[in-house]
Amino acid sequence: MSAMDTSSLTQEMLVKMFAAGKRFDGRKLMEQRDFTIEHNVSNKAEGSARIRIGKTDVVVGVKMEVGEPYPDSLDKGNIMVSGDLLPMASPRFESGPPKFNAIELPRLIDRMVRESHMIDLKKLVIKEGEKVWTVIIDVYPINDDGALIDAASIATIVALHGAHMPNLDENGRVSYESKGTKKLPLTDGILPLTFTFFKLGDTLLIDPTREEEEACEGKIMWGISNYKNKEHMIHSCQKGLEVPLNREDIEQMMSHLPKLYDDTLKKLQKFLK
Amino acid sequence: MTFKRPDGRKLDEMRPITAKVGIIPNADGSAMFTFGKTVAIAAVYGPRLLHPQHMQNPQRAILRVNYDLLSFSVSERKKPGPSRRSQEISKVTEWSLSPALDLKEFPNTVVDVQIYILQADASTRVAGINAASMALAHAGLPMKNLVCAVAIGKMDKDLVVDVDKDEEDFEDGEGATDFPIAKIAGSDKYTLLQLDGKIQPNIVPKALKLADEACETIYEIQKKALKEATEL
Repeated sequence: MSAMDTSSLTQEMLVKMFAAGKRFDGRKLMEQRDFTIEHNVSNKAEGSARIRIGKTDVVVGVKMEVGEPYPDSLDKGNIMVSGDLLPMASPRFESGPPKFNAIELPRLIDRMVRESHMIDLKKLVIKEGEKVWTVIIDVYPINDDGALIDAASIATIVALHGAHMPNLDENGRVSYESKGTKKLPLTDGILPLTFTFFKLGDTLLIDPTREEEEACEGKIMWGISNYKNKEHMIHSCQKGLEVPLNREDIEQMMSHLPKLYDDTLKKLQKFLK
Repeated sequence: MTFKRPDGRKLDEMRPITAKVGIIPNADGSAMFTFGKTVAIAAVYGPRLLHPQHMQNPQRAILRVNYDLLSFSVSERKKPGPSRRSQEISKVTEWSLSPALDLKEFPNTVVDVQIYILQADASTRVAGINAASMALAHAGLPMKNLVCAVAIGKMDKDLVVDVDKDEEDFEDGEGATDFPIAKIAGSDKYTLLQLDGKIQPNIVPKALKLADEACETIYEIQKKALKEATEL
């Protein structure tokens, strides 16, 4: 047993506290921690950002490569999301082949970005059917204190917003050293974010610390945007862990989601360039 | 205008379903489940002693699920072996089944569930869950109830039940949303929820309601197949 495992005593305590609407750090159940954003973590990346939300710290970088389109989307560029749970970020992350959580994190960010159509993939075609840009988003936690996916979603949006296209030289090769001035083509008015609800006992909460997250028995992630500035739209969802969710849980989440999204977007606006 | 389904089904109509139990003699439990052209087979082995020993749980059996597409089940041959997609589906399938099982009676053991898709026409993970749930019951494991699963779709603005491949690729208006849902039969306990596409928050409860109705039909078909297998 690692020193970071939450004891069953702590879990019993948390069940009682959550049921009374209380948390160790004084937050409300549906209250996200404040965050700060740092831009341009690496000047070699086409775009990058670092988020610090509580003690959780995640960096996201965007790189662009020239490649071939997929056979089923010859008129579109490609998106790829990868990343790893680096052993530096937590005593519970280990080197070696990726475990489930390390596979799930980039897949959830991928679906949030892809399904929202935030990136205008049609504008990433260099020569239709032959050459397109591939946008590669890499997500790395630097310090894990819970809610990694939601933190990564915010950093991803900021990194994509600040990303520039590299130039192509006369032979059609990417010249990474001369910085392009053209920005990565994004669709107007689509900013997706993820919100993961956790369940312990009968109580739902968001943005858990690592200790809270370890105690929880069920979770579900929702990717949501202000679709084309018109309406809230859910783009992705994935339930995790063994405890089922009932209808009332889901209805409760649907009523919280729009406000959670609007509040985070408001905090995020000042960091978008 | 309402969405016209490519195969002429009503919006809340599932494809023809077949279910058969006891298809793999070597397995402790096995079953097949089809939604139209989507064919899933599942086998259960266990409970059996888990090796290596350090993975054993002295309080209960562990459930281990493996889902995959057979290489020739899709148009472009799928490279054999686990992909990130199949690893993710295996894990969410495991989570969708385990709340229905009572594994406390079998400490230090493992229950292995193997799910393979013979022929894919979308909705493969939910077909796999339906097959696996029957196979677990066929293996005689103590269960609270069967698990039933169906993919709800949203085509532009209309909800549909049991999404096929033509519908999955639909792009007009708000496009296609695929919303696979699993639940413990006869309860409102949802054990699998995944979603890709575009759906307004207030539509989500309506999709759950459609899944509830479809799952009632699926449950009856699963029970009938299990009864047939035990009466032989």
